Amino acid sequence: MSAARKVWKLPGGVHPPENKQQSLTGPITPAVLPKELIFPLGMHIGAPAEPLVQVGDTVLKGQMIAKPKGFVSTAIHASTSGTVKAIEPRPIVHASGMTANAIVIEPDGHDKWRDRNPLDDYTTLNKNDLLELINNAGIAGMGGAGFPSRVKLATDKTINELIINGTECEPYITADDILMQEKADEIVEGIKILQYLVNPKETLVGIEDNKPLAIKAMQIATEGTDIQVVVFPTKYPSGGEKQLIQILTGKEVKSGGLPADVGIVCQNIGTVQAIYRAVKFDEPLISRITTLTGKALSEPQNKEVLIGTPFDDVLAAAGFTSKKSELIIAGGPMMGFTVESTAVPVVKTTNCIIAPDKKELPTPPPAQACIRCGMCAEACPASLLPQQLYWFAQAKDQEGLKAHHIMDCIECGACSYVCPSNIPLVQYYRASKGDVRKTEEDAKKADYAKGRYEARLARIEKAEAEKEAKKKARQAKANAAKQSKTDKDAIAAAVARADKAKAEHANDDPVAAAIARAKAKADGTAPVQSEADKAKDAVASLEKRLKKAQDKLETAKTSNDENLPAFESSVEKLKAKLVEAKAKLPKAAPAATVDTDDPVAAAIAKAQAARSSAGGLSPEEKLDKDIASLEKRIAATGKKVAAAEAEGSDKHEILQSSLAKMQEKLDAAKAEKAKLSAPVEPKPEAPAASDDPVQAAIERAKAKRKAVIAQSPEERLKNDLASLEKRIKTTAGKLEDAKAEGSDKADILETTLSKLKDKQAKMLEELESL
Amino acid sequence: MALLTITSPHAHNKTQTSWVMQQVLLATLPGVLALTYFFGFGTLVNIIWAAILGASIEAVMLMIRKKPVSFYLKDYSAILTAVLLAIAMPPYSPWWVVLIGMLFAIAIAKHLYGGLGYNPFNPAMVAYVILLISLPVQMTQWAAPVGADGASFIGLQAAFLNNFGFAPIIDAHTMATPLDVLKQNKSLTMDQLFEANSQFGRFAGLGWEWVNFGFLIGGLYLLSRRIFTWHAPVGFITALTLVSLIGYQSGGSESGGSPLFHLFSGGAMLGAFFILTDPVSSAVSNRGRFVFGACIGVLVYIIRVYGNYPDAVAFSVLLMNFAAPFIDHYTQPRTYGYGK
Repeated sequence: MSAARKVWKLPGGVHPPENKQQSLTGPITPAVLPKELIFPLGMHIGAPAEPLVQVGDTVLKGQMIAKPKGFVSTAIHASTSGTVKAIEPRPIVHASGMTANAIVIEPDGHDKWRDRNPLDDYTTLNKNDLLELINNAGIAGMGGAGFPSRVKLATDKTINELIINGTECEPYITADDILMQEKADEIVEGIKILQYLVNPKETLVGIEDNKPLAIKAMQIATEGTDIQVVVFPTKYPSGGEKQLIQILTGKEVKSGGLPADVGIVCQNIGTVQAIYRAVKFDEPLISRITTLTGKALSEPQNKEVLIGTPFDDVLAAAGFTSKKSELIIAGGPMMGFTVESTAVPVVKTTNCIIAPDKKELPTPPPAQACIRCGMCAEACPASLLPQQLYWFAQAKDQEGLKAHHIMDCIECGACSYVCPSNIPLVQYYRASKGDVRKTEEDAKKADYAKGRYEARLARIEKAEAEKEAKKKARQAKANAAKQSKTDKDAIAAAVARADKAKAEHANDDPVAAAIARAKAKADGTAPVQSEADKAKDAVASLEKRLKKAQDKLETAKTSNDENLPAFESSVEKLKAKLVEAKAKLPKAAPAATVDTDDPVAAAIAKAQAARSSAGGLSPEEKLDKDIASLEKRIAATGKKVAAAEAEGSDKHEILQSSLAKMQEKLDAAKAEKAKLSAPVEPKPEAPAASDDPVQAAIERAKAKRKAVIAQSPEERLKNDLASLEKRIKTTAGKLEDAKAEGSDKADILETTLSKLKDKQAKMLEELESL
Repeated sequence: MALLTITSPHAHNKTQTSWVMQQVLLATLPGVLALTYFFGFGTLVNIIWAAILGASIEAVMLMIRKKPVSFYLKDYSAILTAVLLAIAMPPYSPWWVVLIGMLFAIAIAKHLYGGLGYNPFNPAMVAYVILLISLPVQMTQWAAPVGADGASFIGLQAAFLNNFGFAPIIDAHTMATPLDVLKQNKSLTMDQLFEANSQFGRFAGLGWEWVNFGFLIGGLYLLSRRIFTWHAPVGFITALTLVSLIGYQSGGSESGGSPLFHLFSGGAMLGAFFILTDPVSSAVSNRGRFVFGACIGVLVYIIRVYGNYPDAVAFSVLLMNFAAPFIDHYTQPRTYGYGK
């Protein structure tokens, strides 16, 4: 194919000295076997791989030692046979000189391969299997970024151009150049695999015009195929993925988008060859060509290097004199970074190691003032205004940075390269980009936290309001009791309480609400007829609900539904409620007939009838009622808890906590009653059915309270203290259980416990003072 | 082995800010030679005097601001400001006028605003305008060009003695500049004007044609060295040409002067290549710089023809310095990946 295809011009760009000839004096030299191989688990972009081996395991060459974790991740393989010596943090090639978890293998020297299954015809595999094969071979972009190739190739978009990046625009690096010169045929076979995978309309191999031998080799190898070799003028950074796309197609990848969005897939030369070896010979990515160059090396060269080989061993093989050098660069001089130690390993992205002597790549002189000469803007391939970005970066003006598209900076370093004031511009941009990203993340987190905080405030406010209302009601009641013993006042207090109860339980118990309304009627302000209607309505609605639930239960029974127990219990509950509601009817409308099936309901009905004839409820009676209802509910909940426990349902804990709450309420109600009955003459009790266990319990509780009241304050305190101690003990026990189970109830229990302990302390103080 | 860790890129080209400044200084040579040839040694004396003052005031200001003196002096920016101001001033301005000018340029317009890179206004132009407004007599006394009305060449010694107040000779040598003459003209056509006044030359002022040509040559040299981009000068020249063409009116008595007259009069070329291109105070993007230059071109014509002052480069540049951030806002280049 001819090279006369139109190419587009890259805006900006620079022409640093190429320094490529030093490493191109001979062929690719074979790999050396080091004393240990280090495989950082995160040597690609994406999630670090997950180790498959343990310390002490023996591994074969090509054996997978870490598997991909998630979609954007790839596998890691042993590059020789040996023993796993350690899995521990090791220094890695990273700008920050950080350490990262790595598998360390001690070679046994046999270099013994695992079994390989060469694949003659990859078209026998479907695309997904082939992609899986590629990812399991650990193929990640070898041009510098290390993006797992599978991710790029597994696009479901229509691909117009498959672009093979043979640009290698960075000075010094010649790894792709020599690979094209020596392995053009393998590259072409690899390209064919990619064509099979993404089915492009066109396949372009982009090469800068400073690699005549590589161009020639590729032209010969692609003869008779539909692969076009496109040659374009040398300029840094033409090899950036986005830049190469622009040069070859005139298209631009949208800001924040992927090449696939504009119908393009781009792969590096080395990656393509690695894909070929992986598919054809079942050889995973365990070695790569790395350019070793710089004046501190006596034999600059391109070397095949086993992945994991420490820089030390590689440099030694190229005649490194450490005295000559004061820095080692991984990658090229424009975008590569200095390493803190030569113990770091070669990874899949290490395309070049430069060991410059002291004069070759000198440290730039100190930065002078920016005079906004604009040379950086002239050099910027992304058409940014680096001089403006610099001011915004200094001012930490994130709005300005974003408005000037800081995130579209590709960090190519062209601006820093040309800056006459030696300002390390790229460093500013890297830091600013980090800041912008962090701010955006923080904003997201803050929004989330704000939502949670507001919800919490609302909860606290509600709790406070309830507390306040309770307190006020108590005060009002106490005052009422002290100052006036007339029924009217007592009834008013009862009404207030009933209203409060209504507010509190409006959601969970419509029946209770109905009762409260019914009671309110007692002071003669509410029209009897309407209350009776409401009670009737409640009964009707309950009947309807019960019918529905029963229907559901039937269906569940026939279909053997797993929710059967739940339906059963809800039917039971509704039945109970219905009975209760019906029991209220006579009180609301005395003419209504009473369902006397249920002894409890009957008793309540009787009691209520008696009360309504008495003309109203005293506070004490109201309390009695509350206590009775609470006790009933406790009993029901207790049953439910037992059932849930038996079923192993996760409702269990919730039920238990609600049970505890009810218990507390009951205690409170009883305490209130105790207070109330002290100054007030006991009222004639409502006639209680002696066969009713609930009423009996109430009687017992009353008796107990009376006894308590009879006690001296000291005695009472002592009793309270004892009961508190008991509760603390149970709570502590529960907490232990929760902790053992790892339940999230533990926190709640802990706070409860501490509250109880506070109470205890207070009581002890009180006791002391007495 | 302890290794250095340095952020990328590790390669740098050799262009230095000081080199840029030196190139600009070098490029003023043709214009300065022309000025000296036609108006005598006055400008050269002023340049040397201003440069000494510039370096000294810069050093003092750096010391006051506790900055490394020699490090910043070596960027040549103060010298360049001094040279540009001295070129813009009348050749036989007294020494103290230059001193006041340099104090304003370096101490106030530059360092009080934060030093090199932080000044919103071109320091040389700030100083020029301050002097022009405060000392109109001294700042409008231009010597007659050699050849006009038998004016003679003023040698180095005479220039020195005059400028430092030992033997004033300037009063005998002053003559209105062509721009001034044109401004006062109410009745003559352009052709008559050229004939009646000996300070006019072929198409602009005698001598001024060459001075501006000299700065044009210097500017083209800087363009070829890529010291700055073509946008601001081309914007300026294009706009000035266009508006003066509109106001030419076939050279009649109401004419504002031909485009050639305007381009080669006063500080036009000095402004186009040495003042507008001051990167610190101009717009930043290429498009922005074109707009910046074009606006200055229009303003220069308007002020020259309708304003109170015969020349207008300094005023126009300062006005547009104000507008530079505004221009920047609307001329941000399209970044890669943001639609077409």
